[in-house]
Amino acid sequence: MQIIYAIIALGLIGLVFGILLSLAAKVFAVKVDPRVDKVKDILPGANCGACGYAGCSQFAEAVVKGEVNPSGCIPGGTETAKALAAELGIDFAETESLVATVFCIGDKEKAPDRFIYEGVKNCAVAGRFYGGFKACTYGCLGLGDCAWACPFEAIEIGPHGLPVVDQEACTGCGLCVNACPRDLIKTLPRRSNQGHLVLCSSHDRGKSVSKVCSVGCIACRACVKICPQEAIEMDDNLAVIDLDKCDDCGKCVPVCPPVTIYPRAAIPKKLADLDQPTAAAVSEEDG
Amino acid sequence: MERLLSIIFIYILVENFVLQRFFGICPFLGVSRKMETAVGMSMAVIFVMSMATLVTWLLYTFVLIPLNLEYLQIVTFILVIASLVQLVETTLRKISPTLYQGLGIFLPLITTNCAIMAVTLLAVREEFAFIEAVVFGIAASIGFSLALVIMAGIRERLELADVPDVLQGPAVTLITAGILSLAFQGFRGMLTL
Repeated sequence: MQIIYAIIALGLIGLVFGILLSLAAKVFAVKVDPRVDKVKDILPGANCGACGYAGCSQFAEAVVKGEVNPSGCIPGGTETAKALAAELGIDFAETESLVATVFCIGDKEKAPDRFIYEGVKNCAVAGRFYGGFKACTYGCLGLGDCAWACPFEAIEIGPHGLPVVDQEACTGCGLCVNACPRDLIKTLPRRSNQGHLVLCSSHDRGKSVSKVCSVGCIACRACVKICPQEAIEMDDNLAVIDLDKCDDCGKCVPVCPPVTIYPRAAIPKKLADLDQPTAAAVSEEDG
Repeated sequence: MERLLSIIFIYILVENFVLQRFFGICPFLGVSRKMETAVGMSMAVIFVMSMATLVTWLLYTFVLIPLNLEYLQIVTFILVIASLVQLVETTLRKISPTLYQGLGIFLPLITTNCAIMAVTLLAVREEFAFIEAVVFGIAASIGFSLALVIMAGIRERLELADVPDVLQGPAVTLITAGILSLAFQGFRGMLTL
């Protein structure tokens, strides 16, 4: 008899909750884009959060809305991205892959500190303390706000005190761009790593730059004058190369007195590459 | 009234469910990395824990005891908690999509939060009256939130601290949790029911 009561009681409780839930589902029904469910089925369903969303459902919604690229799913990889693109009718090949690039090469030797800072290890904090411990007020403080912001562990502060972007791990999400208090990081289209860059962000005049950093852009305009493509323009005492116009001829590299211009291929692709000093590699190339 | 006040005080501070009873350690360590998620999780737990205690107490007293089915309490309570979480999810999705998005995966994960199961079971074992059980549920969930929010605050500061290499990551987190628990030991014996 007891067992029958148990079955009936538990069954009834279950039934009541079941009815309640189905009623709630009816009353509180939300119209969802049917594509979201399909996208959700394609995704791995691990809810890992590597895409920057709370889980796969949130990512699916964002993909359908077009807020994020199908390639945003890291564990899914290219396969998932292709399947998603096919499902949604987006041209997957057209999506431009971005990579974060640090626009400062003034390491501890080239751009010395002006006082010893022993405060909180955070660039935003250190930068507000007497304008930062680095003599160059535009330069990288190297305390790793960008590395901390990166959800893919693609940025690490190298032994020279500057961040190095692991270009394979970097997804171009741009969190480091927002994290850097000195706006030293930009996301650039990968495009097989072509083009040259002026790796400096200082808008100071030439004299002030050369006082605090041996590799900063001194706004001499030598590169602007020599560039056959007219791809280089001066922006408030800083030479900026337009990657759309640059054809990688490399004529600007030897004329740059402080050696601030590098081909993108020479930028270290991960921390391990640092064994070969980049400056030496470049001067060898140019004879 | 005095008894209700002491229930509130005891289960927020003296018998804190995370730091003294060691329930719900998983979400305590899992979602305490950022203050934002910690607060979201706390809100969801406060709601589910209070509601679950209320419903399970009623079910236990008016269904299970008259039928001599006390031994079914765990199964029944799991049913109640799972349904409640599902109900909250459905409702929240319609009423407040922003909060729903914010809580994300943490909402369904509450189902497996052992602190909630513990609160519902303890509410009947301690033989609380109805009002006492409800207050107990609310106090326990506030205690849980308090621990979670304190931990999130400490961990956000810890990210900026110069932690020795050997202690980086989980090690320093567990040590922090231990010290926090020791600190809460200070409330021990202050008040009993």
